[in-house]
Parts: sequence; C-alpha cells; structure tokens
Amino acid sequence: MAQATGALARERRYGKTQRRDRWWLEPVLVATGLGAFIAYSTVSALLGEHWAFEVGPYLSPFFEPLIRPDWLPDWFSPALFILPAPLAFRTTCYYYRRAYYRAYFMSPPACAVREPAGSYSGESRFPLVLQQLHRFALYAALVFVPVLWFGALRSYWHDGELGVGLGSVLITVNAFLLMMYTFGCHSLRHLVAGGLNCFSCSTFRQARHRAWRFVTVANEHHRLWAWTSLIGVGLTDLYIHLVANDVITDPNTWGSF
Amino acid sequence: MPQAHLRVWRGGDDGEYREYDVEYSEGMVVLDVLHLLQATAAPDMAVRWNCKAGKCGSCSAEVNGKPRLMCMTRMQLFDPYETIAIAPLKTFPLIRDLVTDVSHNYAVANGMPEFAPGPPAPDGDYRMQQIDIDRMQEFHKCIECFLCQDVCHVIRDHSDNLPNFAGPRFFVQLAQVSMHPLDEHAKGDTVSAGFGLDYCNITKCCTDVCPEGIHITDNAIIPLKERAIDERFDPIRALGRRLFGRGDGRSH
Amino acid sequence: MPDYETHEYDVLVIGAGGAGLRAAIEASAEGARTALVCKSLLGKAHTVMAEGGIAAALGNVYEQDNWQVHFRDTMRGGKMLNHWRMAQIHAQEAPDRVRELERWGALFDRTADGRILQRDFGGHRFARLAHVGDRTGLEMIRTLQQHAVHRGIDVFMECTVTRLLKDGGESGAVSGAFAYWRESGRFVVFRAKAVVLATGGLCKVYSINSNSWEGTGDGHALATWAGADMIDMEFVQFHPTGMVWPLSVRGILVTEGVRGDGGTLKNAGGERFMFRYIPPMFAAETADTEAEADRWYNDRINARRTPDLLPRDEVARAINAEVKAGRGSPHGGVFLDIASRRDAAYIQRRLPSMYHQFRELADVDITQVAMEVGPTAHYAMGGVRVDPETGAATVPGLFAAGEVAGGMHGSNRLGGNSLSDLVVFGRRAGFGAAEHARGLGGLPHVDGESLELAATEALAPFEAGGNENPYTIHRELQEAMQALVGIIRTEGELAQAREQLGTFRERVQRVRVEGTRQYNPGWHLALDLRALLTVAELITQGAQARKESRGGHTRDDFPGPDAHFGTVNLVQRQRDGVLALREEPLPQMSDELRRLFEED
Repeated sequence: MAQATGALARERRYGKTQRRDRWWLEPVLVATGLGAFIAYSTVSALLGEHWAFEVGPYLSPFFEPLIRPDWLPDWFSPALFILPAPLAFRTTCYYYRRAYYRAYFMSPPACAVREPAGSYSGESRFPLVLQQLHRFALYAALVFVPVLWFGALRSYWHDGELGVGLGSVLITVNAFLLMMYTFGCHSLRHLVAGGLNCFSCSTFRQARHRAWRFVTVANEHHRLWAWTSLIGVGLTDLYIHLVANDVITDPNTWGSF
Repeated sequence: MPQAHLRVWRGGDDGEYREYDVEYSEGMVVLDVLHLLQATAAPDMAVRWNCKAGKCGSCSAEVNGKPRLMCMTRMQLFDPYETIAIAPLKTFPLIRDLVTDVSHNYAVANGMPEFAPGPPAPDGDYRMQQIDIDRMQEFHKCIECFLCQDVCHVIRDHSDNLPNFAGPRFFVQLAQVSMHPLDEHAKGDTVSAGFGLDYCNITKCCTDVCPEGIHITDNAIIPLKERAIDERFDPIRALGRRLFGRGDGRSH
Repeated sequence: MPDYETHEYDVLVIGAGGAGLRAAIEASAEGARTALVCKSLLGKAHTVMAEGGIAAALGNVYEQDNWQVHFRDTMRGGKMLNHWRMAQIHAQEAPDRVRELERWGALFDRTADGRILQRDFGGHRFARLAHVGDRTGLEMIRTLQQHAVHRGIDVFMECTVTRLLKDGGESGAVSGAFAYWRESGRFVVFRAKAVVLATGGLCKVYSINSNSWEGTGDGHALATWAGADMIDMEFVQFHPTGMVWPLSVRGILVTEGVRGDGGTLKNAGGERFMFRYIPPMFAAETADTEAEADRWYNDRINARRTPDLLPRDEVARAINAEVKAGRGSPHGGVFLDIASRRDAAYIQRRLPSMYHQFRELADVDITQVAMEVGPTAHYAMGGVRVDPETGAATVPGLFAAGEVAGGMHGSNRLGGNSLSDLVVFGRRAGFGAAEHARGLGGLPHVDGESLELAATEALAPFEAGGNENPYTIHRELQEAMQALVGIIRTEGELAQAREQLGTFRERVQRVRVEGTRQYNPGWHLALDLRALLTVAELITQGAQARKESRGGHTRDDFPGPDAHFGTVNLVQRQRDGVLALREEPLPQMSDELRRLFEED
C-alpha cells in the first residue's frame, strides 16, 4: 500500500485528536499563568528605583542581594544583576521546558494531540541544544539559596530589635519554596549521586545516596515547587512593593517603618 | 446487564469505524467486551492480546483517544450512555482492525547495547546491594506494551524521525545498562549516544501513559541526558577528569 | 513441493517462553543455525505471568539448603511419580541457571550481603525462590529475550505451527514444521534437522484457568499427532489461588508468594481451615497450631511450616472442600488474608503487582481487606515423554522442554520449580537438538503428501459446509472439561466426558469461519480447537485409567493413593488416529538417592 494513502487514512482515523476530555485546559492555564508572571516580573524589575522595592527590613527577592554601586545610572534597575540567574535556571528547567513547549510552541499541545509543526528536531540543534546548559544555571541558582535565607533572617531584625511581620513570613516562605524548587532540580539530582552506578561502594557515596534520596523526594514534585515558588516570589515582590509605596500596611511587631 | 455503545475501527488504512451495541456484565474491561463482540457480531475482528492481566503488554490501543491497555481499562470508567471509541495505535502501520505492525520496536531492540558484566566474586556470586539496583528494578517492570512509543510526538507526528529516535521504551533500556553497577561498558562513553536522546523535549507523555507507572522521563530519560551532558558539555567535569584522571563517577 | 515460503535451519524451536528462548540460546551457542517461532510477539509468552520466583538451592538464605534437599522436596511434592533423573538434574543445575540469568542482566532482589535473596514457597523446605518482587517471570523472559536477540537467532513472531512434518521414512523422524503467519494467513514451511517443542501449557481447555489464549496445548497435540509418547497427562495442576471476582478476571493467578510472605487462608467463619487438611505425608513437618505456624515465618529451625504452604494439590482440594461445605466466600472462593497480618508498606513492597492487579481489576485494596480466591487450572504436569539428559522425545528429531515436556514434576509441581525447569531443560533440549542436528548430514526430506494434508486441513474452516461457531465450541468444550474432568473426578463423569468429546470432534469438522485469512482470530481459534480437543482426550483417557487419587488427579470414587499406581506412569501414544494407553514401571533411582527419603 502506498505510504501516502496510509498516512492520509490514518489522519482521517484520528483527526487532530480523539481525546474527548478537556486536554486544552492545561496548556491554556500554563500559557496564562506563565504569561502573567513574565509580564509582571518584567515591569517590576525594569521599574527599579521608580517603584520602591525595599522597606524596613524587607527587600524584594527580585533584588536580593542588593547590588547598587554609586556609579549605577538611575535608569538601570539593580534587579538586572539578579534576575538573569533565575531566568536562565527556570528557562532551561526540565519542568518548564515541558510546560512552555506545550503551551507556547504546541510541541505537542497535549499528549496524543497532533503537533501542528511539519518537522521536528527536538533539542538536537541550535538554539534548543543550549538547554543542555541547565546545570550551569543550577550552579548560579544554588548561590541564591543561602542568599535568600540570609535575606529571610535579616527580615526579622529591624532597628536593632528582633521581631516579625507578615513580610518576614512571606520572605521566609519564599526562601523555602525557592530552596525546594532548586533542591528538586533534575540536574542536581544527577550531580549529587544520580551519575553514580554504585551507591553502596564507599561511605562517602552512601552519604551522597542519602542526599540523592532527599533530592528525589523534592524532584517528584518538581512541578508543584516550580509553580508555588513562582507564585510565591511574585506575591512577595508585589507585597513588598505595596508596603514600600504605602498602599498597604505591614502588620508586624515593630510598629510602622 | 449494562449496555455499551462501541465505535471500533474495522479494516486496514482504508477501513472505517463501525458501531456496535453490546451487553456486558459488571466488572468487565474493554477487552472483555471486544471478546464478546468476537464471539457474536464480529468473529474476525483482529485484536492482539495475551494475559488479560496487565502483565504482557499486548492489548495496546487508543480508547477515546488515549493510549491504554484494553485489559486494564474497566468499563465502569465510562458513562453508561457514552460512545466508546477504540482505535489502533497511531504511530505504527496498521495491519487490520486493532492490530498494528510494531516490528519497528523489535528492530530497535536488536540494536540496543548488551549488558556486559565484569567477572563475579571469587565464590562465583555477584555482589550487588539492594540500594544499587532499586532504581533499575523500576525499569525492569517494563512490559513492552509500546504505549510510550505510540504517544511520543517525536515519532507519532513525525514518522521521519523513526530512524533517528529509539523512543522512550528504549531509553529505559539504555538507562538500565547505563546504571547497572556491574556493567563494564567503556568509561567515558555514553551508551545512549546515537539513539536520538536529544530529540526528546520532555513532554512526559510517555510517563503519563505507562501502565506500569515507570517514571520514564524523570528516572530514565533525564538521567541519561545528564550523563550525556557530563561527556559532552560540562567543562568543569572535563577539567576534573583531566586533573584527576577520572571523575566520571561511574567507577566501581 | 508447492511454492510455500520455506526456511531452512539446523534447529527449529517452537515457542518463545522461558524454555524456548533458553533452548534457542543454547542451540545457537552450539553453532546451530537456529530459528524461534512463536504465536505472539516476542516477550509476551505466558512465562511473564510467573510471579513468585525460580527455585534453586543456592543456599543464600539457609546454608543448610542443597540440591539433595531440593530433589527430595520435588519428588515428595510430585508424590514420587517424577522421573527421578529429571528431578535430580533439575535440582543440581538450577543454581547455575539462576547465576547465568544474573550474568545476562536479571536483577533479583538481594540479601543484606548483596547476594540473591530467596523466598518461601509451598512444599520447599527452605526459602529457596530467587525472585524479583512478584514479577519474576517477566524478569526472566526479558533477560532471555534481550540475550537471545544478540545471539543472531532468527525470530518468527506471530507465526503458528499447525503440524510437524516428517521425513516419510521408517523411523518417522521429524523434519520440520508447517505454519501460518497470523498477520497474512500465508503458509510457511520450516525445514529443520531438529525441532524443539517449547509451547507451554494447555489449560485453555478449562473454563477457569490462569493461562493466556496461547495455552491451547499446541505442543502436546503436535507431538501426539507425530506419534510421540505422552506421559502423566491426567495430572493437571489446579492452582489453589486464582481470582474469583469479578467474573471477567476469574482464574487470574494470585501468587503463592502472598502466603509465603505471611498471607493465610480463611473460610467464611474466619477459621484458618488448612490446619484441618494436613495429610499424613506432611504431618511431621507441618505446624499444627496457629502459634507455631506464625512463629515459623521468622524461625525455620524451631518451628514447622504453616499448612497454608502445603503443596498446591493439597491446598486446592482443601479450598474446594470448604466451598462445597458451604463455608466459602460470597463469590464462591475462600479468603486469602494478608491485610490483617502485614503492614501496608510491606505488602506493597513485596507484592506490588498483586496490589496493582486487585486494585485495578477488582477495586480491592489488598492492604486493607482479604482477597477472594479459588482454584484455577494452572499447569500441566504431563506432556511429551523426554530423555532427561537431552530432552529428546521418542520420535527422532523431536525434542521438548518446559511445560510441554512431562516427567519432571510427577503428579504435582511445586511452585517455583517451573521457572527453573524452563531454563534447566530448555538448555539441555537446545543442546540435545544441536547435537542431533550435527549428527545428520543434510536437511532431512520433507514428505510432500503430509505437507499437502497440512495445508488442506488448515484451510478447511473456510471451506467446510457446517455452521459451527468456533467461539461457541471452545466455550462449551471448556465448560465440559471443567465440569467433568476438573479437580474432582469420577468414573461416570469421565465416561460422559469421553462421549461428549466424540461429539465435539464431529462439531469441530463443521466449524465455519468468516472473513479472510488476514489476522483472523476466528480462524486462528478454529485451528487451535483441534489441539484443544486432542489434549482434552489425552487428559480424559489418562484420568479414566488412573484409578486412584494422587497429586493433581483426584478421583472421588478412588479417594486414596493406590500402591500399584504408585509404581507406574501412564503412557499414551497415537497410531493411525487412535490413542492407546499403557502402564509403564517408574524408572528406578539409585540406592544413594533413595536413602534421602528414608528419614520419612
């Protein structure tokens, strides 16, 4: 039988898809959610000094650690020193790749739903081959884990007085979520012990295996951590902006800032 | 007795859907209902099956558009008056009715690297700890139903990739060889090279359809990708190898 | 010779389960050009359904274990009707075959010191079954499959053999096989110097069975038609624990590993009834109180084993009796309870596929509630009579291994001895066949007339004038065998069965199939029916002749074992279309081996 006839008939048999569930819902939600975050974070980051991002002991996570040398021109947002690392980390993340390939590139839109593109080479060619660099983004992201925890600790210390506010709680939760997202990274899982073939062969390897088991637990819910940390960092940033610009008041033990 | 309304693909590529009404008994799976059809209205309907217990992976088909094992798809999953559409796997050439030609998979299997162990301990036994084989035992659960091969868009929507892309089932097999604590494939060489691993864009559909619940993407494909990156892209590890002679982390 | 697709090989292996794959690997390693033919896709054979493990006296868990103990357990399990030499070879070689599987990539569960872990099973004195959770058969078949495809063995998948071909000479030697491609319906002729039957079982002849559709006794029938001796055909193992509900999964196996890992059988009253069914032969080594039985799981030395793990024939009969006495579960079985005895995590780790199977197919969470189980036709002890050393049948050029071969298991097979049987005798038959092929000069002649006959008979269902539906005949044949030649048999019912088989034989002639030859399951079944009918006759004739109860054969009218029948095998052979049965004395073991049983 001629190949073409077969292929055509097969398309008739399946159409675009035979799925009758709401397979389009997930890509739509992902496209909306990711789009909203990208739009918000771009605005927030670029506004820089034009939209106050620190107040009292709180510093927006978009700007942590704060790098603001004297020579920095007014129009250059300090967030631009920080954000390339998480941006690269999330862009090359194995979970986000799946999410945005589906939602934005329809490659494929959902499982067993036909992909519109005529040809496909996956991540075998430039530019997508650069996704392989995920682990370097990880190295950068790992630096931010202690930095963010330092910021979280600092948020409990104001005017020489230990205290707590809703902002400190948010910053702490944010540090925790970002840590879990980072520690659940597939590349990290490989680096801690996934690349080994024998876990039991030495005491050091056994310790690495224990670390691998922890990363594995976090990794199983990578999608959950990816979304909660994304929403968390966005909300924390927004909250601090709102407090810093006197739109809302932060409930805390120090009184007002 | 409950009644089912089925829409089943009959014939070859030039075939058509035919509709059947079947009375079935409680607790039945889709495959049972097809057997009822065979015994009555459609004696020559081609269906591939063996164990009818989800252990052999023969009765793969697409039920309402989703790749599944028909013997593990219970009728109670569907609304009583729902039409149940049953089609053959899309990715492979159709032979007739619900049977497809899956020989491509066997051809790929022939080209897989073979497990190559070193010598056993002096008493003749190999020693392996359970913690070292736990993750590979997951891979060994594979029943070769080829649902992952069927759902993978790399070959499902782009048959021109078939020669270059081994597919999820075989990435699982490659991972099995790659991670085996006794395997002695040459170090500094990734067993997955040449099997099209980087065509995978991690859509995870293979994991979604796996009837054995194997985490194909997280536990086989991504670890293999990372191992390949060790060899090909990581200058720090390359430097480590140069300085310390090894560092691929895979010595015994 | 007409123009059929023809292939020429030194060794042709029919069946690609554990035995067939192992035979093909060995024949190929011996330098024979080897072909492997199977009815399904490669790797789907019924071996994948084996759950519990592979019995081998590795001594990894109990150092006291050795081949002599395994041999003794096997013979006693088979009620001493086993061919002693097969049981000996099996016990001696099984450990090497297990290590070989590991070398080829199998990943058995491990002991704390990193060796192969072994689990308890019915009738085995020590924990002896190397296993992978409860999917050992899958592990074995995948390992052998992956090893085989790298050995350059030609595999013919979805290709069904309908007749063995003979050379037409005096000795009646086998010279090949006649087959059809399931996909196209086209005929294929295999010419071969030696043919190994490794076709597995026949339990599709019963309505409640644990077999896949393939278990239609093809090899038993092919050998019978070729004039080979068949042995012990009356012994069919009814596995005590098959699923009983829902109906659609009735018969699907529930592994003995459930009991090995702590599960226990209970009747509707919650009683652990097996304590009432301990036969004298096993009384000395079986616990008679629940406390001792429970202690045994952790202390093999000071406690005796639980009666839940008596050999399968004993347990199946006990369940049958409980149900008949009205103490069964709601759906006509008994309860198998591990939920109240082991914690959920343990059950899920040790019995993952049982957990999955019950959850998916019956909505039952076995970590919370008891399973309902009942006997299911599982295994044929009887089969082609073979030479223990080479697997050679009584017809030159024909070999057999695995379930299709008889003798190894006597009147009852112990759990776990099947997987080891496959690899031990698969290897020997492959070797024997390769050696036989080496001894022949060229390819043997194929008798043209038998070839034509095979083709005509295969096409008959398209041309017959009748109107019989193959599916209907199959169902009715199964029901008749289940009712009349099932777990408990009597003279009257067996005679009735033989009469009915005569009617079935006529009806099979009138089977009519619709459609074309391309992948037509109706036609495939019509051809399988001939094999099913032959094995039904073999079983029934044997069952009628053995006027005693022993192992897998229980006669209500002869409830106990009989001294005379304890010394003979029943051998059947077909000549000119007539099946004849004779008694033959058991082969005698050496005094040295006999002494192993003196402590009884």
